[in-house]
Amino acid sequence: MVLKSLVLPSFYQDSVALMRVAQALRGEKGVREAAALMGTPSNHAILEQAGLARALGREAGPNDLILAVRAESEAAAERALAAARELLSRRRAVSGQGTAPAPRSLDGALRLLPGANLAAISVPGAFARREAMKALRRGLHVFLFSDNVPVEAEADLKREALARGLLCMGPDCGTAYLNGTLLGFANVVPPGRAGIVAASGTGLQAVASRLAALGEGVSQGIGTGGRDLTARVGGAMTLFALEALKTDPGTEAVVLLSKPPDADVLPRLESALGSLGKPAVVCCLGAGPPARGAGLWVETLEDAAGAAAALLQKKPWSPRPFADPKDIRARLARLGRGSGAGPGLLGLYTGGTLAHEAHLLLEPHLGWIPFNEEGGSSPHRIVDLGDDAYTVGKPHPMLDPEARAEWVRRAGRSRDAGVLLLDLVLGKAAHPDPAGALAEAVKEARAEAAKEGRRLVAVASVVGTASDPQGLAGQVARLEAAGAEVLPSNAQACRFAALLLKPGLAEKWLKGAA
Amino acid sequence: MSGNPLSLLEGVRVANVGAELFAESIRAQGGRAAQVDWKPPAGGDRQTAGIIERMSACDEANERAAERLQAARPTWIDVATAKDVIPGMQDRMILHSGPPIAWERMSGPMRGAVVGAILLEGWAKDEREAERLGANGEISFEPCHHHSSVGPMAGVTSPSMPVNVIENQAPPELGGGNRAYCNLNEGLGKVLRYGAYSPEVLDRLRWMREELGPALRATIRAMGGLDIKNLIARAIHMGDEVHNRNLAATATFIRMTMPHLADAVGDGKLVARAARFISGNDHFFLNYGMPSAKASLEAMRGVENCSLVYTMARNGTDFGIRVSGLGERWFTAPAKMPIGLFFPGFRQEDANPDIGDSAIMETLGLGGFVMGAAPAIVQFVGGTPAEALRATNEMYGITWTRSRDYTLPVLEFAGAPMAIDVRKVVETNVLPIINTGIAHRQAGIGQIGAGILRAPEAPFREALLALAEKMGV
Repeated sequence: MVLKSLVLPSFYQDSVALMRVAQALRGEKGVREAAALMGTPSNHAILEQAGLARALGREAGPNDLILAVRAESEAAAERALAAARELLSRRRAVSGQGTAPAPRSLDGALRLLPGANLAAISVPGAFARREAMKALRRGLHVFLFSDNVPVEAEADLKREALARGLLCMGPDCGTAYLNGTLLGFANVVPPGRAGIVAASGTGLQAVASRLAALGEGVSQGIGTGGRDLTARVGGAMTLFALEALKTDPGTEAVVLLSKPPDADVLPRLESALGSLGKPAVVCCLGAGPPARGAGLWVETLEDAAGAAAALLQKKPWSPRPFADPKDIRARLARLGRGSGAGPGLLGLYTGGTLAHEAHLLLEPHLGWIPFNEEGGSSPHRIVDLGDDAYTVGKPHPMLDPEARAEWVRRAGRSRDAGVLLLDLVLGKAAHPDPAGALAEAVKEARAEAAKEGRRLVAVASVVGTASDPQGLAGQVARLEAAGAEVLPSNAQACRFAALLLKPGLAEKWLKGAA
Repeated sequence: MSGNPLSLLEGVRVANVGAELFAESIRAQGGRAAQVDWKPPAGGDRQTAGIIERMSACDEANERAAERLQAARPTWIDVATAKDVIPGMQDRMILHSGPPIAWERMSGPMRGAVVGAILLEGWAKDEREAERLGANGEISFEPCHHHSSVGPMAGVTSPSMPVNVIENQAPPELGGGNRAYCNLNEGLGKVLRYGAYSPEVLDRLRWMREELGPALRATIRAMGGLDIKNLIARAIHMGDEVHNRNLAATATFIRMTMPHLADAVGDGKLVARAARFISGNDHFFLNYGMPSAKASLEAMRGVENCSLVYTMARNGTDFGIRVSGLGERWFTAPAKMPIGLFFPGFRQEDANPDIGDSAIMETLGLGGFVMGAAPAIVQFVGGTPAEALRATNEMYGITWTRSRDYTLPVLEFAGAPMAIDVRKVVETNVLPIINTGIAHRQAGIGQIGAGILRAPEAPFREALLALAEKMGV
């Protein structure tokens, strides 16, 4: 056993730093015991007690550092002392200011950002109520993306919000535009005159994007969540948002997107629309206009945007099945008669509201269409791939297009599918290139079908704008290059798909077009 | 509706709870967003999370209690003999640290300190007889905390020991007027509080009783009181966290007291002995800091519905807390093992589980809670000042308020994270950081190192549920 020591004169180190050095030395190979201590009387006593005192070290005073090592060999002791010197001379990297851990609670975030005025909440539904309630009680507006929130919780939250004059957008709110800030999944549209109240994120996105294409923009886009107009929630946020748009100076026309309102809620909704003092367009997917309807009631998202733009631009407007019937005839001529095409339509959607709209538009023409579940006797099927049933343990298909691509490829091998009906949603927070994976899959599916002599037509529409990060034109071009028929809206894509399966519908929709 | 909610939303600034892509999108638009590192509350226990949510009545109570804590003015006013001043102190009674404990369950250092105190008091002639007295019930053991007192490590305080008297000089309507007591610090190495009782330990204690105590009494009486809150605030600015580092506080204490000590005592030799003793111990101030924290926290005891912790203490076997709204009731769990740095000759395996009332410093929001202010000893938390700041920032998440008086220059003079809320601890599952000295697990050896640990979770959860039950939540 070898005992070696070293004195570094006038070398002050804090005792804790030195204990750390000693600890490191004890971990060196062949070292039995080690000490790094300033030469104070009490430390000399400690060295004595530990059997580490040595003639050399005894000279050291309180300002001198003693390094002492007991090791199995001379070499091990030397190595350890050298290591100690190295440790003591090493400079620590300056680690800068990134020291604050991310706050673990809303209150922590409010300390970091004292002027916060809105909480975006996307925690699992079971915990959404408490987080949203906390935010409301701190005076924050709430953007509540979480789904699977019990309806009782939704009613409580909205009651709390109303009592405080705050917005509670959602649960299940995917998109909002507030004073020019985009929240959640949102397309980049110019600021404008249309204020939108929407029960659905993709619905809001579709209308906002379409307005942009028509030369208009969005003043505000307020989400309400899909259950707002049910009896239980009583239209709390829809009515509050309409009231806010009424006095919002930037809003000149109002668009309301919703599900059919509960019978008890409808009168209040009508009265709110009637007292807006601004023109209003209402799109209640699945509900016709009420008997004494206030506002202009339309059937599709495209029409909601079209009617609103016309109102703002003071132009006449009436719904049309196709914006450009000539183009449709040309497409039909190009595609020809589908020999060997499967009899069925398969709608594969990433946007829930777009899927819902497709279902409503197509059933009157194609007969019963199973939605999500497998179709028994029907050759058709529409699937909302963003539905909970398909996203368990997986990202939403707007974030990860691969899940749908697999469905598309499978359709290429199926004898049933003759028409694929697709949506594509661009915008902030969506996948950076959703068309890429989809186009690839469409190409493969069409090639696979062609190999067996079947025609498979992919009909798509894209919700997006030129200013979106993905770029509308490029995404459309990618789909077209893969052989997809890209229509200007979901409604037109649905009608075009129906025409392919029921050519007789041309009589109704394409009259007068050359 | 007062005003259009949209007009209030001019310039959206987002607190984002959940998927980070929402915050990123806001930032990409040039907006401001603060991301919450969200985890399921109460470790995903929805029932407990629901209970916490319904405990909003605590908020108002906590606000009132915290006001008392902020207002506390701990002042050193006297040194006296324990049996003369500590409420309820009796002959053959020994006070110890932490929650209540019987001899059978006492750890090595606690038993060692008890033996030492019995010998000091002359109740037994040797170690064996002292152990017999301890074991057969002839000595009554009570927590310091039941007698307005605190003691570092074993915390053993016996009737003849000199104790510091701290008075909270806040106005009575803010809970002021109470007093707290603490023995005098013996220094490092072989000392009673770490369970050592060799003749040199007892000789030192006798000298402290006969010479040092009276000298300090004369000093503080001549001074007419010393504002300890002020002294702590200054020491924090000089790099102390006033638990494992008391260097600046002790130096300041010496500077403020020495002229008065010399004046009041007169006898040059005695002054020199006292001065040398105090100057030789970096931690001499700890036994002023602790009773000051105790006196401050006592002011917020027993506020109905208050969910703030006013005691965290360990006896070497159990760790325990007490919560304002639950009065004197202890919630305990086995004491954990501090992870530490050790003196030469000692190892982690030699360590005793966590011991001492000194966690009163963290209860107040100092010690481990202000590691960020004590860069010299950041080795305890991983070695870099950044990690120390991280620790402090984390503690803001479980405390109710920020100290108005104890400020941290490195955090732009933000107040120390003060007053632990059991709701926040359970909700975030972030446990208080405690700095500590480490005792050898055998009696009679003493301190072997220093380190850090987290408080156990169970007492906080149990206290939370008990408070909820009491509130009828």
